[in-house]
Amino acid sequence: MTQVLAVERLGKDFKVSGGLLGPKGLVQAVDDCSFAVAKNEVLGLVGESGSGKSTLARLLMCLIRPDRGRIVLENAAVDARSADERRRVLSRVQMVFQDSYASLNPRHTAAAEVAFGLAARGEPRRAAERQACEALALVGLTPNLFAERYPHELSGGQRQRVNIARAIALSPKILILDEAVSALDKSVQAQVLNLLGDLKRTLGLTYLFISHDLEVVRYVSDRIVVMYLGKVMEIGSVDVVYDAPAHPYTKALISSRLTTDPKRRTSAAPVTGDPPSPINPPPGCRFSSRCPIAEPICRAREPKLSSLRRDPHHLTACHAHITDSGHSLASARKSEGNP
Amino acid sequence: MTGIEAHVLSIETAEPVRIRKRRGYWWAVWRRLLQDRVAMSCACVLVIIIAAAALAPLIVPAQAMKNSIAHRLLPILSDGHILGTDELGRDMLGRLVYGGRVSLLMGILPVLVAMLVGGTLGIFAGFTGRFINMLIMRLVDVFFAFPSVLLAVGLAGALGSGAVNCLIALSVVLTPAIARVAEAATTQIRSQGFIEAAVATGASRFQIITGHVLSNVIGPIVTYSSSQVSLAIVLASGLSFLGLGVSPPTADWGLMLNTLRQSLYVAPMNAVLPGLIILITSVCFNLFSDGLRSALDVKP
Repeated sequence: MTQVLAVERLGKDFKVSGGLLGPKGLVQAVDDCSFAVAKNEVLGLVGESGSGKSTLARLLMCLIRPDRGRIVLENAAVDARSADERRRVLSRVQMVFQDSYASLNPRHTAAAEVAFGLAARGEPRRAAERQACEALALVGLTPNLFAERYPHELSGGQRQRVNIARAIALSPKILILDEAVSALDKSVQAQVLNLLGDLKRTLGLTYLFISHDLEVVRYVSDRIVVMYLGKVMEIGSVDVVYDAPAHPYTKALISSRLTTDPKRRTSAAPVTGDPPSPINPPPGCRFSSRCPIAEPICRAREPKLSSLRRDPHHLTACHAHITDSGHSLASARKSEGNP
Repeated sequence: MTGIEAHVLSIETAEPVRIRKRRGYWWAVWRRLLQDRVAMSCACVLVIIIAAAALAPLIVPAQAMKNSIAHRLLPILSDGHILGTDELGRDMLGRLVYGGRVSLLMGILPVLVAMLVGGTLGIFAGFTGRFINMLIMRLVDVFFAFPSVLLAVGLAGALGSGAVNCLIALSVVLTPAIARVAEAATTQIRSQGFIEAAVATGASRFQIITGHVLSNVIGPIVTYSSSQVSLAIVLASGLSFLGLGVSPPTADWGLMLNTLRQSLYVAPMNAVLPGLIILITSVCFNLFSDGLRSALDVKP
């Protein structure tokens, strides 16, 4: 399995100004994030609002610069400071944004919008327009009918198809889908998801699928990354994480899903309260303030992302799963622990 | 893909629809503009005024421009003088036609220069943001500290009298406001998702400004600028009145308004005529630019 994209201990802080004399704060929007995406894989990225999913996507697109760590694209580290490098990255990584309407220029036709990126790359106008029409055809928008339409003349699903066409027209290796289907209604969502599946097969794409919709993520992803307040909480293959989540946060997240099956109705209490303020977070595990099994060790020391004993590909950042961490549920070096 | 959609697609591929001829954005703007009756009427009036001014030596007989004390302040519809005569017995129509040459030049040229300079500054400031924006806009604010008339008088006085210096002074006076309009429009556009999406395609800053920003901010800039045409005409007449612009024998709408002021009680209709033509010109500019702004908008 060749890896297309990897992030290593990636971090991004945002300064929060408290006015002229007020206290200054630091939001660690993304902190110490490490994971890799393999070729032709769909990696799901889930987490509640404010967990740093979109910041991560923007870091990967070089739209903002990381403060710590590095991004490795096709086995070469990316230097986000150089404009040339940024352009090289953007020829291999592309992104589909959540708001299909806002991310299209209201004064550009569908073809012009798709052709813009190609022309910016130095394609002659004719060639860019031809390739734009090809990309529109690939996403199921017949150029004859749709090439000359403006965003307000398209439906939500069609607009998102234009966004996808714009991204794939630049022939990327990896496509970041930042809540790409979240704003669409269910039937259109299904169409777009099927389209994404088709494109992945025909173009050999790799997806980083960011969403808060757990069902959609389960449907499309091979593996998932669970984030909470800028930190990776759990990584594992979709079936394992959904059927046997290791981290208490993932457990709460999974059990908060709504189901149509009365037998599977959950009685377990979901996570209570709001996530704590991300400004100047306390030491220790970030989930400790809401965690049902938090112990003093959780508030004192930050758990490292480490693989479970029963499955080396399933990683979690929880003291309860780290051998000899001092947590009462953690296994000692000899006994087999199963919280 | 649903069955229905697949069906629709198969129909489309079986019978290809005739491709609509590509005509582009500006062609569509022109077509929308042609359908706007108000804008087109105003455009016609402006074309007549501008053409008359441009062709003044051909259409106004030299005889009409001669002084004639005997024919002072003849009323409108007098024999040989359709719009009467001024305080020195010159034909009003001829004077108005000749006056358009200076007044339109003073009204349009400084606005065009200010649009170019102010628009560029504002778009650059708005798109760059942060410190550069602060720097440019605070510099622009310095000009706002002066009343526009005072600033124009001061600049024209410092540069010396003459039409060219008057044009320069007017351009400087008009630039800050246009820069501010451009900056506000650009700042608003810059935060929109499609700009980030354009950055994400790897386009350079210049490509994004020409490809995405310009088409979205040109509307407000053009509309605001054209409303400044009348202001420029009046300011220019003020400068002429103070002896800083064109000097008396030359016809100029503002100058005519000032000299006929003294005859207001004797021949009110004649005295009002230059003001009326300034009013017609500026209203036409405003209405036309309003139509242009709607035409620049792709939504009906």
